[in-house]
Amino acid sequence: MNRITQLFQNKKQDILNVYFTAGFPDLNDTVKILTALDEGGADLIEIGMPYSDPVADGETIQLSNQKALDNGMSVKLLFEQLKDIRKTVNVPILLMGYINPVLQYGIEAFCKKCQEVGVDGLILPDLPVDVYEEEYKSIFEQYNLLNTFLITPQTSDVRINHIDNISNGFIYMVSSASTTGAKTGISEEQEAYFAKVNAMNLKNPRLIGFGISNHESFKKASSNAQGAIIGSAFIKVLNESTNLEKDIKSFVHSIKYA
Amino acid sequence: MQEIQTYNVNEKGYYGQFGGAFIPEMLFPNVEELRTNYLNIMSEPSFQEEFQALLKDYVGRPTPLYLASRLSEKYKTNIYLKREDLCHTGAHKVNNTIGQILVAKRLGKHRIVAETGAGQHGVATATVCALMGLECIVYMGEIDIARQAPNVARMKMLGATVVPAKSGSKTLKDATNEAMRHWINNPVDTHYIIGSVVGPHPYPDMVARFQSVISKEIKSQLMEKTGKSNPDYVIACVGGGSNAAGAFYHFLDDLETRLVAAEAAGHGIDSGHSAATTFLGKPGVLHGSKSISMQTEDGQVIEPYSISAGLDYPGIGPMHAHLFDTKRAIFYGITDNEAIEAAMELCKLEGIIPALESAHALAVLSKLNAGENETVVVNLSGRGDKDLATYQKFVV
Repeated sequence: MNRITQLFQNKKQDILNVYFTAGFPDLNDTVKILTALDEGGADLIEIGMPYSDPVADGETIQLSNQKALDNGMSVKLLFEQLKDIRKTVNVPILLMGYINPVLQYGIEAFCKKCQEVGVDGLILPDLPVDVYEEEYKSIFEQYNLLNTFLITPQTSDVRINHIDNISNGFIYMVSSASTTGAKTGISEEQEAYFAKVNAMNLKNPRLIGFGISNHESFKKASSNAQGAIIGSAFIKVLNESTNLEKDIKSFVHSIKYA
Repeated sequence: MQEIQTYNVNEKGYYGQFGGAFIPEMLFPNVEELRTNYLNIMSEPSFQEEFQALLKDYVGRPTPLYLASRLSEKYKTNIYLKREDLCHTGAHKVNNTIGQILVAKRLGKHRIVAETGAGQHGVATATVCALMGLECIVYMGEIDIARQAPNVARMKMLGATVVPAKSGSKTLKDATNEAMRHWINNPVDTHYIIGSVVGPHPYPDMVARFQSVISKEIKSQLMEKTGKSNPDYVIACVGGGSNAAGAFYHFLDDLETRLVAAEAAGHGIDSGHSAATTFLGKPGVLHGSKSISMQTEDGQVIEPYSISAGLDYPGIGPMHAHLFDTKRAIFYGITDNEAIEAAMELCKLEGIIPALESAHALAVLSKLNAGENETVVVNLSGRGDKDLATYQKFVV
């Protein structure tokens, strides 16, 4: 069974998904960060494939992307770094990134490689829903990759239902109209949006992302969905860290237990 | 049934294999609102009335189609210049910003965001925002702000807020990223006026339609002057490609008119300092649509170079990618020096100082070998006042 599917079957609450950019802060930190996150207790890990023009991302993640590319990171190298990961790490892994580097790698070759190294799912924010359905869905399924779509407070109910129908892992619920890391905390208005989505009886679980940065916002998000996603706040920790393993573990602990 | 070849957009937003809307969900509602409304809005009689009146009385249309006799004599053919340089604000860009701000008003938007490279689109946007009393925010690369100071001053005089794009390479592509991010963060009350035939569908089609007035006028003016509405060649420069899209639009299916695009080859196509996208790029997704763009093997966008800030863009619009792919248009790479030479020639022979962008289109004349009975239309997309600082270096 796909590790993401398994996770959501076994755990219904307080699921913590942590994002980091591959190749940041140093080119070969990818496995070190993955391992520390796993040991620290992250339930799901989202590895960002750096891109030169990440339009959905705020400053923190942009800079990590730029630094990673300057370090020499590429999709090809990421697969190299991950080739033995399943010998030591069992946490579900998602690759997140913009569509162009994936297109240049070749969709089918990319999916095949994902399966080989043990990636469980993908988040490609600029892959259109209709293109996914018409061209990519069957390829993703062939290689047992779950695709994750985003919804926002502006996404219509009709579209949310459609996305729910074609999703089979979880739905990434963007907490507010923003780029990553632009806002912090969760307002009443956002809670009303979460409540609306919760009342829709979707078949897929939801994780809330954007604006989650500490224990308080994590708990608040988790009470409105099955868990939450942290990106920018973690990148800031990586950026300032002098001892990755120790700082990563204490970050995960601080999010889960305050 | 015989398949009819079309060079225009299909109902799904594609030109052949190029186009579409490759955007994050945060932008989807905005783009979808535009997509479902733009054709209806544009066909409303009240819209057309207001748009046409502004083009006539505010922009100064129709712009002249001028028989450049001395230039024609030199190249032993018949050269007409479409004088978009005589538009209010000094370039064709305003045709699109007038159209889009009227659409934005009808969608109930209060704020306009735009990107700009050389500042021409930024000025054209700031101008129409002042005209309509809407708030205007223009993103411009930090490097471009430094090298295009007069246009920054113009935008500010017109009431716009100019925000430096500090990310990435700090030029046009990053200004575009920042404008998109601004739109993501302000989805309800803001309209994004893209300045070229790039971006997610419906932008390439909408911008091409607003610019298509150029080819519409060429047809009727040429008929009046020569008794034939279709020239043998239409030449235009292509950065993103909005003036070319407008100059080609009504000739797309008239195959007797050859469409010629001039890209900026910078220091030379293979010099490593070039913006000749069709020569150096490959199919990929940039700024929300599938087209041809300059990128590394890993799919990272390569920063282009051109002496002309308006052509300094690593992609081209999906319509142009399709015209290239189907060979409907011929593409030339014009170097900085060739463009400068063509600009100086136009000054001396015709008394017209062209924009550096338009000079790239003029430089094609020496490579075209048009016949003495043939007719060539060059779209003179803008005037050269903004480029004086660059031109001065070449005036002996």
